[in-house]
Amino acid sequence: MNPSRRSWRFILSILLLVAFLCGANAHAIDKEIARALSQGDTGAKLDAIGMLAATNDSNAIEMLEALREGDLYTTAGGVRLLIVHGETARDPLTTEMFSPVPVGAEKVAINNRVRRALDSALAALKIFSPERNIRLLAAEQLQNQSEQDMQPLLERALSKEQDREIRDALLLAQAGLHMKSSDPALRLKAAQALGESSKEPVKAMLSAFLEKDASGNYAEPDENVRAAIRKAVARIDSRLTNAEYAGRIFSGVSLGSVLLLAALGLAITYGLMGVINMAHGEMLMIGAYTTYMTQVMFRNYWPQIFDSYLLLAVPLSFMVAALIGMALERGVIRYLYGRPLETLLATWGISLILIQMMRLVFGAQNVEVANPSWMSGGLPVFANLVLPYNRIVIIVFSVAVLLLVWLLLNRTRLGLFLRAVTQNRTMAGCVGVPTRKIDTWAFGLGSGIAGLGGCALSQIGNVGPELGQGYIVDSFMVVVLGGVGQIAGTVYAALGLGVMNKFLEPYAGAVLAKIFILVFIIIVIQKRPQGLFALKGRSVEQ
Amino acid sequence: MNIFNINNGKCHISFSKTGKNLVGIATGLAMVWMAPAWAVDTIKVGILHSLSGTMAISETSLKDVALMTIDEINAKGGILGKKLEPVVVDPASNWPLFAEKARGLLQKDKVAVVFGCWTSVSRKSVLPVFEELNGLLFYPVQYEGEELSQNVFYTGAAPNQQAIPAVEYLMSADGGGAKRFFLLGTDYVYPRTTNKILRAFLKSKGVAEKNIEEVYTPFGHSDYQTIVANIKKFAAGGKTAVISTINGDSNVPFYKELGNQGIKATDIPVVAFSVGEEELRGIDTKPLVGHLAAWNYFMSVKSPENDIFVKTWKDYVKKKNLPGGDKRVTNDPMEATYVGINMWAQAVQKAGSTNVDAVRKAMAGQTFKAPSGFTLKMDETNHHLWKPVMIGEVQANGQFDIVWKTDKPLRAQPWSPFIPGNEKKKQ
Repeated sequence: MNPSRRSWRFILSILLLVAFLCGANAHAIDKEIARALSQGDTGAKLDAIGMLAATNDSNAIEMLEALREGDLYTTAGGVRLLIVHGETARDPLTTEMFSPVPVGAEKVAINNRVRRALDSALAALKIFSPERNIRLLAAEQLQNQSEQDMQPLLERALSKEQDREIRDALLLAQAGLHMKSSDPALRLKAAQALGESSKEPVKAMLSAFLEKDASGNYAEPDENVRAAIRKAVARIDSRLTNAEYAGRIFSGVSLGSVLLLAALGLAITYGLMGVINMAHGEMLMIGAYTTYMTQVMFRNYWPQIFDSYLLLAVPLSFMVAALIGMALERGVIRYLYGRPLETLLATWGISLILIQMMRLVFGAQNVEVANPSWMSGGLPVFANLVLPYNRIVIIVFSVAVLLLVWLLLNRTRLGLFLRAVTQNRTMAGCVGVPTRKIDTWAFGLGSGIAGLGGCALSQIGNVGPELGQGYIVDSFMVVVLGGVGQIAGTVYAALGLGVMNKFLEPYAGAVLAKIFILVFIIIVIQKRPQGLFALKGRSVEQ
Repeated sequence: MNIFNINNGKCHISFSKTGKNLVGIATGLAMVWMAPAWAVDTIKVGILHSLSGTMAISETSLKDVALMTIDEINAKGGILGKKLEPVVVDPASNWPLFAEKARGLLQKDKVAVVFGCWTSVSRKSVLPVFEELNGLLFYPVQYEGEELSQNVFYTGAAPNQQAIPAVEYLMSADGGGAKRFFLLGTDYVYPRTTNKILRAFLKSKGVAEKNIEEVYTPFGHSDYQTIVANIKKFAAGGKTAVISTINGDSNVPFYKELGNQGIKATDIPVVAFSVGEEELRGIDTKPLVGHLAAWNYFMSVKSPENDIFVKTWKDYVKKKNLPGGDKRVTNDPMEATYVGINMWAQAVQKAGSTNVDAVRKAMAGQTFKAPSGFTLKMDETNHHLWKPVMIGEVQANGQFDIVWKTDKPLRAQPWSPFIPGNEKKKQ
């Protein structure tokens, strides 16, 4: 930063301070702050935020939050500050309303440095909020602070705070500051307290004290304190390692559930019926696009209940994909039973047609499928382990779909017929099972389940015309590995591949992990061409 | 599906974008057959962008903006009294097909110039064709450098016009003062070369080897759980920034995972070199506010030229009823395409002919007032454009707020000084 700018900032902060200390009227502060916010560089903005935070005013929280969210505007020339919501604007200090927003009002642009300052300023203000959850979040935010001037604030907050959890959070924040104190007893106590933390940054901060500098002295001179620090680091470490393994298992199960949803439909069309359906991926894609259309519909007609669009999208994506699947079966595939090569080519052609059709209707670009707000974010289990809600929902969803499929196959008449046709088509026909009709229904069911898979996939990945292409290979892999003709095999294979992949990835990297998985599958298929969990018995024709 | 239509008495081929694939062979034959009929009064211009396959996502817009620019030039009366006539082909994200289609454009259609390619691998595959037949290619995308051909003009950024300033910004106080760097990319030539350059650059700035981590994922990777968890772990060691050279639609699951695992830009900023307005269209950007991208143009640039550019584009989308409608945006490679076509038109005007050698000579030092608000110059010797560098922060509406930019365009260094052995090469 050049000297002239620095001196300008210095003068400005003095001016602001004087204006504030003199108890000048609110409007004067407002003007200065507005000018600093709208015209200043980052440094000037940081000063202005400091001023706003120091006003200790209920307005200040509102203004800082508006700045954080990008709702804070300044009028032309920085005359006054405005908080803009849609078409109306309000001056937070004079509470004057403007509608429409005055011409020339400009959003106050902020960058990450300003955002960080805002977060600490807001935490310092909110630590005295009457609401418990807000105080808790603020206390956790304060743990990231390392400036000594936070000390009095923390003490004030601690003296007032009654809630145990918030007190613990505040004490950790205080311990962090105490580590830099000159009193070894205080440092010892702080080190012991910090052992309760389960955050990576705390561990890194503590470890730094154990390192030797260039002249061979430890950063922490006291032997006892060092021992306490070592103990604390070990305790944090063991907690972190456990969390890391838990995280890996979770992401493995999550990947497995995605694979399962993608492959379950194929387990029926290919596994049970023996149709090599290359258009299976496109059924996923159709399910995803149906979800997208439902979302658009809700956004346009029922924005107030937008968050529940998935409730309608799930049955719709099943039905649309099932109908298209049945049409496919009636129109093309039933003429090709028993001719796998022709089926493969025909369904591949259909898959190309479907992809191209989607490009024609929706464009080659991906479409945006927003998660409902209850699926965004995650559940913090440990400090270094957050389980994303969308992953949890998908795991639950895949279990539910699996359960439904199982019930359908084992507890309904359609399921009974389907199993009969799979095991011995001629015999089933002889005892009066309408085999042709069952084929259509089964194909519809498989496609419908693929549609459900697509609906789920739309929540974690891209929705574009080529969505299915990325999953078709994985789906076949899962079904073949699990053993054709077996739903249970598909489940084991999907989960096994998911967890294996996630445990290999940290060591081998994503590229190599994928290669290892493929090598593993090749070996398994060579040793056991029937798959890992093949049906045994006389009834199977192959 | 309308394959041929007659416009203003001129025979003009317009391809319905998607119908094209289905009738690929038929149109190919038809074009050859039609050739003599319209060879008279027009200058033919080839457009070589994938309209299907994985890259269709990015390249379709470049084809659209090229046609728009050609329309604009024609509306002003064309060049040298002749109208421009676009010849659109679809190499379908298939690298060898790029070379085949390029040969077709140069030999059969006898186009004066080709605008096209996105991935470096497609450019590498057409390069021998252009050099053999002395054609002219305008390449509009940021790339890894390490190339200089007489037959190519590069209107996208070289590493020193994008990657290096972005890293310098991350190390500055405003960018968060990053001390550790997580280099994450898709596994192919552009990310690997860029990261090689960045690693050398970071070392020259005193960043220790243990503070740099390099990770690659396959094309189309969609499960970023482990990688995001690793980023968190790595970030515990000090102020960290992620430098992402992830290409294509893998970006969507990556950013979703970041948001869901609670990584905020204030803690660990991610700067991306291949994510622009177009890529963000498929993502809910609210959890991503504050993450960064480095480019030479953003749609949010405030300049009279950009206002016109954006308006022309919006009008064009509406008039042609392109998919996506009013949600279509402009981005950096689109601007580079627009600048490239206009500069070529100026050079043809100056040279008085479309002869490749004459145009090449006329291109040197050509200037154009670009939508980025700067007057860009084609370098006299190295075939690269002088470009300003801008760093933008993602906003909740899918646009970028420019938080830093250079005050003047920079000269490109296609041979990065951070790669050993490049010192002797002529810039």
